[in-house]
Amino acid sequence: MDDDLALRLAGDLDGSFERLVLAHQDRLFSLALRWTGDPREAEEIAQDAFVRAYRALAGYDAERIAGLHLRAWLTRITLNLCRNRARIRRPAAVRLEGEDPPLVASGADGSPDHRLADREAVEHWVALLAGLPDRYRAPVVLRHVSGLDYEEMAEVLDRPAGTLKAQVHRGLALLRAAHEAALRHEQTVEEQAAGDRVPERAGEPRIREVTR
Amino acid sequence: MTERSNLPSEEALEAVLGGLAARAPATLLPAVLLAVGLADAWAPLDGPIGRLFVAFNGRGVSRVALAGDEGSFESAFAAAVGRPIRRADRLPERLGRALERRLAGDRRAPVPVDLRGATPFERAVWEKALEIPRGEVRPYSWVAAEIGRPRAVRAVGSALGRNPVPLVVPCHRVVRSDGRIGDYALGSERKRAVLQAEGLDLGRLETLARAGVRFLGSDTTRVFCLPTCHQARRIQPAHVVPFRSRLEARAAGYRPCRRCRPGERAHHEPAHGI
Repeated sequence: MDDDLALRLAGDLDGSFERLVLAHQDRLFSLALRWTGDPREAEEIAQDAFVRAYRALAGYDAERIAGLHLRAWLTRITLNLCRNRARIRRPAAVRLEGEDPPLVASGADGSPDHRLADREAVEHWVALLAGLPDRYRAPVVLRHVSGLDYEEMAEVLDRPAGTLKAQVHRGLALLRAAHEAALRHEQTVEEQAAGDRVPERAGEPRIREVTR
Repeated sequence: MTERSNLPSEEALEAVLGGLAARAPATLLPAVLLAVGLADAWAPLDGPIGRLFVAFNGRGVSRVALAGDEGSFESAFAAAVGRPIRRADRLPERLGRALERRLAGDRRAPVPVDLRGATPFERAVWEKALEIPRGEVRPYSWVAAEIGRPRAVRAVGSALGRNPVPLVVPCHRVVRSDGRIGDYALGSERKRAVLQAEGLDLGRLETLARAGVRFLGSDTTRVFCLPTCHQARRIQPAHVVPFRSRLEARAAGYRPCRRCRPGERAHHEPAHGI
């Protein structure tokens, strides 16, 4: 389907560009959102990525456009923008309520068991992902949030597919360990607080609801 | 060591990460299309002769018209340009500021314009019109000569009439050399109004033209100018020398002004001017 779109773009960039945006906007926005943790910044990044893509396409000849792997190519543009922004960004600010686009989308299988019903849980995972060493972070996000295959990831990250498989595996293990550590820390804090005052966040939904 | 029962399996963890996929906000697509120039937006702006409707996209200003019925403006735009257009709350801040400066006469105010679809000839004509300072005018034949197409005087007139961004590109500053104002994208009466708002003494220009005067010289500098040139307006009345043609000025030993460039090529001046 992407190959078909690449051919259309090669033949009529202006006439097919909207189709390109519609086909890829959720993926690029998700990548930017989960990389930066900030919906407004993510929208700016996704917009910037499409504008750069358009300008690049306008300068390519038809043959080059037709040969593009659009998913990988657009992901690469977006990831570069995410990384460049992160370098100049101020420390993450606390977001105001009520301004975010929906954080929840059904999982790939659409089953309600796997839906993230709770903003806090999403932020928890986004923070854990952000804490991964860079060589694991991008492979894990591209594989499991963006849904790229290893061939596409190899194109985006300039690493062999075999290396990426190992990095995703290792990244997931680190993520589980970090998740476990975070839970243990919360538990300790709650136990300490339980003695003299009501824990601030007691009663709020916990990650266990998400993962069960 | 306490085992937490909710430590996710690898499959569950993958599902959690998959669930982090989100939908792009509905504002993203329109913003992208506007930024790359596949869609436009418009907003009103107060200009020298009243309110304007200004259409724009990421490439620049795409159309300027006198304010009127909003629906007609949008349908005329869509018909002429073939792109969708929607109303915006206001112009983008930087563009709005630059436009205000341009309309106030600052030719260097950076107002990008989207002139896709224009021919190279039209572009050349419009760019040349941009060089004419506020408060001055140049004949159609001047534009034709300056862009190296001295015989294309009529085509210059048509190209100016097709200017999609009047006032931003000041096509109103190009007039007939016989002193008549000529046509205008926004209508002839508007042309007079804009020129007067810019400080041009139209009455004087028309009086000179009726008397057959095309150039004014100074007998102290022995330079001749187009009548509205800033230099010509600085000549003391007692030292003004009127000329009916370049030949006449040259024969009297005058050289053309370097600022308004009244021209070297006598052959493309209308015959009655010589």
